[in-house]
Amino acid sequence: MFFPISGAHISPIYLIIVGFLVGILGGFFGVGGSFIAGPALRLVGLDWNFAVGTDLAHIVGKSVVAAKRHRALGNVDLRLGLIMAIGTIAGAEAGAQLIQMLKRAGNVNLIVSIVAIVVYLSISAFMLWESQKTLRSQKRRSSKEKVKGAIAKRDKSAFGPTTRAIQRVKIWPMIALPTSGVKAISLWMILLVAFVGGVFGGFLGGGAGYIRMPSMVYVLGIPTHLAVGTDLFEIIISASYGTLTHAIKGNVDILIALVMHTGAAIGAQIGAISTQYFAGPKIRLAFVPLPLIGAAIVIYTLFTGHKL
Amino acid sequence: MKQGTARTLRAFAIELGIYALLVTGYFFLVLHLLGGWLYGLEVHHRYTYAGIAILLIIGQAVVLESVTTLLLRLIRGRSE
Repeated sequence: MFFPISGAHISPIYLIIVGFLVGILGGFFGVGGSFIAGPALRLVGLDWNFAVGTDLAHIVGKSVVAAKRHRALGNVDLRLGLIMAIGTIAGAEAGAQLIQMLKRAGNVNLIVSIVAIVVYLSISAFMLWESQKTLRSQKRRSSKEKVKGAIAKRDKSAFGPTTRAIQRVKIWPMIALPTSGVKAISLWMILLVAFVGGVFGGFLGGGAGYIRMPSMVYVLGIPTHLAVGTDLFEIIISASYGTLTHAIKGNVDILIALVMHTGAAIGAQIGAISTQYFAGPKIRLAFVPLPLIGAAIVIYTLFTGHKL
Repeated sequence: MKQGTARTLRAFAIELGIYALLVTGYFFLVLHLLGGWLYGLEVHHRYTYAGIAILLIIGQAVVLESVTTLLLRLIRGRSE
């Protein structure tokens, strides 16, 4: 099928399948999935700039579907999502500026690649350690609370003491997040987490859900299910902003995004519903391979010089 | 395979088939009717194109969410 805006010939079946797979990942883990969709679009010959912009547009649509489903399941904290969107957009702009500075210095590719690999591997290693430790301690404690249907959203984490220490930091203004079960937390802490996620998004590309979702769980103490749903809600706002700026620069083929989204819409629903059958630590454990895929793509690009 | 699982999978396949038909019809509508117009906008009115692009993807998301919810409700039956 010919897409006149980008001038690309791509099979719509391929786009729907990619959208479906990324949709499942997004609905289940609360990530945009740009580390898969971007290379998948490149693979069929779409120019890099169109792959990035079009992927963002498709992420907006997919996140609307998944966030609506998560909201119906009670997994979205609107207040937290809106605050985080502000921090993320500011961070994304800072990350983009950082890239411009490194471009002027002339060593952008190497630095970005090394930072990305270190960040991705650290997240995977940390989440593997934490989720396994939590699962082991839960198994030891009791087998009374079995995961069945709508499971308890207040999940345990081996990193809990550190999270509680962060929540005790009293920097005015303190706000409550009743939906997430957080009695009081500094607004600046939320903005900082969102800003750091945004910087990584602007710096490394994509929505940086692989950083924001774990940060919400470990730093802010948000239950995993709510972190997934709230991150998706936040992605709607930040990815819409990204889509607008990319569309103005001529980097969005909305027709490709619309076709991809037809697969993503059903995949995102399946992913979102599936979260109800897994406890928080199991979702976190299943999350571990995602940053590793990101790291593998960066390593491939670094050694071959071909951007996937 | 349990009878319940087989029934769910069959229902799921039927619903996917219905969804595929709806999507195919939608492709012709969007790509053939809107394709040329969107291309013209992208070339001559970039800001309008950016706004329309966001509205289209969000609009499609809302519509498809309703369609998929309906279909999944049929698939999942009582468990929804």
